Amino acid sequence: MIPEEIVDLSRLQFAITALYHFLFVPLTLGLSFIMAIMESTYVMTGKQIYKDMTRFWGKLFGINFALGVTTGLTLEFQFGTNWAYYSHYVGDVFGVPLALEGLVAFFLESTMVGLFFFGWDRLSRVKHLLCTWLLALATNLSALMILVANGWMQNPVGAEFNFESMRMEVTSFGEVIFNPAAQVKFVHTVAAGYCTAAMFVLGISAYYLLQRRDSAFAIRSFTIAAAFGFASVVSVIVLGDESGYTDGEVQKTKLAAIEAEWETVEPPAAFTVIGFPDQEKMITEHAIKIPWVLGLIGTRSADEEIIGIKDLLEVHEQKVRNGIVAYGLLEQIKAGQEDTEIVSKFNHYKEDLGYGLLLKKYTEKVTDATEQQILQATKDTIPNVPLLFWTFRIMVACGFSMLFIFAFSFYLCTVKKVMQHRWLLWIALYSIPLPWIACEMGWIVAEYGRQPWAVAELLPTHLSISSRTVGELYFSLAGFISFYTLLFVIEMFLMFKFARLGPSALHTGRYYYEKIGGSA
Amino acid sequence: MTLDYETLKVIWWLFIGILFIGFAIMDGFDLGIGIVLPFIGKTDDERRVLLNVVGPTWEGSQVWFVTAAGALFAAWPLVYATLFSGIYIALFLVLFTFFLRPVGFDYRSKLPDPRWRNSWDWGIFVAAAFPALLFGVAFGNLLQGIPFHFDNDLRSFYTGSFWALLNPFALLTGFISLSMLTMHGSMYLQLKTEGVIAERCKRTIFWSGSLFLVLFILAGIWVAYGLEGYRIVSIGDLAATPNPLKKVVETEPGAWLDNYSTFPWFYRVPVMVLIMTLLTLLFSRTHRLIFGFITSSITISGVILTAGISMYPFLLPSSSHPNNSLTIWDSSSSYMTLKVLFWATLVFLPIIIMYTSWVYRVMRGKVTVKTIRDNQHTAY
Ligand code: HDD
Ligand code: HEM
Ligand code: HEM
Repeated sequence: MIPEEIVDLSRLQFAITALYHFLFVPLTLGLSFIMAIMESTYVMTGKQIYKDMTRFWGKLFGINFALGVTTGLTLEFQFGTNWAYYSHYVGDVFGVPLALEGLVAFFLESTMVGLFFFGWDRLSRVKHLLCTWLLALATNLSALMILVANGWMQNPVGAEFNFESMRMEVTSFGEVIFNPAAQVKFVHTVAAGYCTAAMFVLGISAYYLLQRRDSAFAIRSFTIAAAFGFASVVSVIVLGDESGYTDGEVQKTKLAAIEAEWETVEPPAAFTVIGFPDQEKMITEHAIKIPWVLGLIGTRSADEEIIGIKDLLEVHEQKVRNGIVAYGLLEQIKAGQEDTEIVSKFNHYKEDLGYGLLLKKYTEKVTDATEQQILQATKDTIPNVPLLFWTFRIMVACGFSMLFIFAFSFYLCTVKKVMQHRWLLWIALYSIPLPWIACEMGWIVAEYGRQPWAVAELLPTHLSISSRTVGELYFSLAGFISFYTLLFVIEMFLMFKFARLGPSALHTGRYYYEKIGGSA
Repeated sequence: MTLDYETLKVIWWLFIGILFIGFAIMDGFDLGIGIVLPFIGKTDDERRVLLNVVGPTWEGSQVWFVTAAGALFAAWPLVYATLFSGIYIALFLVLFTFFLRPVGFDYRSKLPDPRWRNSWDWGIFVAAAFPALLFGVAFGNLLQGIPFHFDNDLRSFYTGSFWALLNPFALLTGFISLSMLTMHGSMYLQLKTEGVIAERCKRTIFWSGSLFLVLFILAGIWVAYGLEGYRIVSIGDLAATPNPLKKVVETEPGAWLDNYSTFPWFYRVPVMVLIMTLLTLLFSRTHRLIFGFITSSITISGVILTAGISMYPFLLPSSSHPNNSLTIWDSSSSYMTLKVLFWATLVFLPIIIMYTSWVYRVMRGKVTVKTIRDNQHTAY
């Protein structure tokens, strides 16, 4: 049987490396757009200051981009190194968006980023602007492709199990690409990226305004960030709500866990704002509820019900039992009994094969599972409720805080009263971490909420790993932790240094530190 | 042309080959320049010249690596899974050193402190020399086969150790790769620089190219007379649904030359490698630099092709359970996946080549110490 420790270490390693990658991804996604907006303004108005803005924020973009690329490399290989069985089992479907991401997005992105930095003197204004837009477009395309892959893990459509090759095979690419789970994920995630970059620019510009230096530069950046950020945060919230709705349709378990809905209640369900879910007792203590709201979010209607965890468990138990039958038939087929009766019976049950595989955690043979083991496997189908409940609420709280900041900043920009409200500038500065917290929480909701599955209802996480040893996993994990810590310290050092320096870093002779002859 | 499953399986062998050749040529000179960075660049300005030769393009080149891995995943999931989980430690060592590259390029010149810059220079050197060596080692191990097998569920088990990967033959191919990329990188450098730097490149090209020639011939002799090759004895329908447990494979010294004996025409490929290397040395001397770069690129393609032709149709032979070896016939993706990706590659690869060439055109011309001094704060 597969050692639990290796499963846990592999999960930990993936979680660390993916969450780390996503520290840099959202800023790349959003800042490339903000740069494109600034440069467009430059090309249209011909005002030098917009070019300086593009170049200065571009400098920070570059510092971030380097680590985005570095950490993405790891992920590209990690499916093979650590999730070998997964890669075999679903590679036929999952590999495609990954390969397309390289062909369609990464090439364009990485080629244009070179021209963005080195092409200023060699390209006409319009051509350079075109490169910047292509860069922004390509980063978003890459997000689309990877989220199609990720969305498929959440809601695996357009594919079927083939017992001859012992893996999932594509039946319809259209379904994989237009997977509703992938589409809502894409829009929510890229909007989250825009929001992140807007907060970053807003906060750093606020810092210059607070210091009363380079005001012309700072106020323009501030305004663009406020407008862009306001639009983005509204989209994030609306589209996040859309994610919740899609979860209600395709990932009922995740939604129930996020909301700690233990029972199926009369529609429309109430929304629990705060409470303390207890997974053992299956109750939420000290719950504060708002009637109706959850039902409306989850189903978009007042009379459809949201299924509670207890009822889901009953459904899952039946599926586990079907899964055992499917597994038994598959064993017969593999042993050479490929007659049509067995095959057609298998095809009837194979939808629940994944639930049978859940039992592999407890018994190698599956067909000999005891009642106790079946109950255990059924219980495993519910992810960690308190964790999801809280991470989700932190994300939402960050979202509404940012809504307030952006809305108010935007309003003050339109009435030209930013400088009179220094408290807002302080808040903007110290809120820079908010979008990052929200993004990381969001991924924990999405990925932890999918457990125990690597691919929902098809392949348990537990089976997906490579056959490696504990020692090797400690080696790679230790390597990641030390390299990533080192790189993070260096990156933050440079980021802080250049953010403090501000546009003087461009050495144009037009900005604060150069005029007074000081240094940062 | 009818695109049946069997044909597609062969086409994908070609496509993955093209992606790996693209990687070796394009990222190859970035790696080569990284290798010679601390030696050919003696002063800070000189090192900056070297870095800025590839500054605008190295990110795009690196994507050949990323895309080759992605395509491997999509087209041959079993190879992707078995190979990468098998050579686990080695692959992570490559990745860890690779980390230093993007960061090194981007961060090195952001601070003036010489200790900072010097550390990154050595970081970039390690990030180039080490992977260049290990890629060759990997090829050497592919040719020998690595010890792995599958269970009934097609879960793979690798039974070798990390140290076993560093055997004499693999080290030989490792140094082939190292010397080849050193030559290639220096050739590109000579093309893009002038004066004392270009002079130093000339010398580097001479000795690395000569070393490469000797090692390449040595490896050829070893493969012909010493190394166990693999051969399919029986296999079912080539267009069948892939399952690698249904064939019989035997091993025999020299079996890797089967394809060459069947189609003697193929011998032209390794011979071409020898000729092209000599031409590269010649062109470097006589300052026909563009030609030198072309011949050195053809050399690289030839080396990969030589290995590919020897192994065809094998992708990943198993030394412990030869019958479990992975071949193009039984580790491919489904027909539909191969077909969709075939069209996607056919459309996008030419587009990629088009805009990449455009970038090289925009950035054409030599990089000099003067360029660096004029762009003190924007250049790498
Ligand atoms: C929503 C967006 C998103 C998500 C979920 C991921 N990535 Fe990413 N990735 C990007 C968005 C992105 C990007 C914005 O395109 C990056 C970030 C910074 C950058 O340089 O490009 C990038 C870079 C990047 C690179 C380097 C590309 C290059 O050399 O130019 C690789 C190989 C990957 N990623 C691979 C992955 C894999 C295998 C992921 C899944 C586990 C993944 N990324 C999740
Ligand atoms: C960059 C954004 C992402 C973040 C922050 C993220 C986060 C996580 C986390 C926290 C886990 C651990 C869950 C657990 O084991 O409890 C995980 C697992 C995993 N994620 Fe993601 N994820 C991201 C993107 C993706 C994408 C885009 C894919 C697929 C294309 C993916 C595939 C996986 C796989 C295969 C695992 C391991 C199996 C598992 O534990 O379920 N992740 N990820
Ligand atoms: C305020 C209202 C918000 C709501 C209702 C909301 C809702 C959701 C839901 C339901 C998911 C899980 C999707 C799934 O796994 O199926 C999710 C994921 C996520 N959220 Fe939010 N969210 C909100 C705000 C934010 C904010 C402000 C950010 C960041 C700036 C953010 C970033 C993310 C990310 C990165 C993910 C993971 C990717 C994904 O699964 O889409 N969210 N969100």
